[in-house]
Amino acid sequence: MAGDVKTKLSKNLLRMKFMQRGLDSQTKKQLEEEEKKIISEEHWYLDVPDLKEKESHIIEERSFLRCEDLVYGRMSFKGFNPEIEKLMIQMNSKCKEEEIEEDDKMEADVSDEEMARRYETLVGTIGKKFLRKRDQRVLKDDDEDDEVEEGNSNPRPSKRAKKMFLKPQD
Amino acid sequence: MAAECGTAAEALVGQVVLPGDLLLLPAHYDEDAESERLRLSAGAAPQGRLLCGPGLRRSGAGLLVTKCGLLRHRPAGGGAYWVDSQQKRYVPVKGDHVIGIVTAKAGDVFRLDVGGSEPASLSYLAFEGATKRNRPNVQVGDLIYGQFVVANKDMEPEMVCIDSSGKSSGMGIIGQDGFLFKVSLGLIRKLLAPKCEIIQELSQLYPFELVLGMNGRIWVKAKTIQQTLIIVNILEACEYMTAEQRKQALAKLSGNR
Repeated sequence: MAGDVKTKLSKNLLRMKFMQRGLDSQTKKQLEEEEKKIISEEHWYLDVPDLKEKESHIIEERSFLRCEDLVYGRMSFKGFNPEIEKLMIQMNSKCKEEEIEEDDKMEADVSDEEMARRYETLVGTIGKKFLRKRDQRVLKDDDEDDEVEEGNSNPRPSKRAKKMFLKPQD
Repeated sequence: MAAECGTAAEALVGQVVLPGDLLLLPAHYDEDAESERLRLSAGAAPQGRLLCGPGLRRSGAGLLVTKCGLLRHRPAGGGAYWVDSQQKRYVPVKGDHVIGIVTAKAGDVFRLDVGGSEPASLSYLAFEGATKRNRPNVQVGDLIYGQFVVANKDMEPEMVCIDSSGKSSGMGIIGQDGFLFKVSLGLIRKLLAPKCEIIQELSQLYPFELVLGMNGRIWVKAKTIQQTLIIVNILEACEYMTAEQRKQALAKLSGNR
């Protein structure tokens, strides 16, 4: 039965992956080459020499807006519509560099020095949050020496340390 | 048909050109443009490109004229050539601000008549602050000032009333009252030129509001009907009046006021 199966199986079946697992590399390569031949023969191509595309420096444009310098279409005069008059000033000076002035104003809200100060205190307070346990241990060690003398219990110094609320510097 | 030898583009600036004329560009646009780009800074890179505006088409190394009119040139920003022609029929162009009249509401989309070959479509979400629940109050017959976002010969033109950052910047429904009329496209461009004399002279007369659409439509609103009609008549007539005739007419009006 096995011998008969090999002779009667179609090419497509033999090309399938599960049939090729048992084959050696050579027969696999042969099958691949045959497939490529079939594909490349069926492939259509233009028998025309390659045209070199010229890099053109001319852009075609159908709009007048980019050629001429036109003003904004909505206008109002002598205070008939104050919003449109504001808009007119805004739109017609967009071409000019007034936007850069607005950016400068934004930066002035928070100066660099203030930012540096805030960061300092911020880093300090968050740092203390993480160092508290170590501080407690340090405090505990110190207080154990003092305990004998003063008779204070351990948690109290740490509670005192906790109770002291540090006001953030403005 | 022998190929016409073209004339230099610079020689014809400001003169009448006819369709079929071939304009030759100076040679440095083709060959040295690359080396120019390398020398110039990054900010000036687009300077190597020439803008070929309406009425002109690229053909080989030169420009072919397709409309009759005056040839204009702008040397700034890499240079631009275009033909200043006169026409009354508007063809939608992407980026143009136009006045449209709402003709129909079809579900989520409004159909606007912009004077082109097809009605333009405007989605109800294309207004500032519009959401699915907060719909704009647009009725049939309203006037809308918007810009084209899609406008080519293969597709139906689409309009929006917001700009790229989502702000309306003056676009949207144009208010009540006022008067809408149509003029030629050339006059609109003349009126939209920076420091237009006609607009400056009219603004001295009385307070009024004006919206100019690139499709040839102008909307005017003033305090009384008479003032509105005076402005309308002046704008319609100023296309064919000389500067002195216009000044005389305005002087008469300001005298009669």
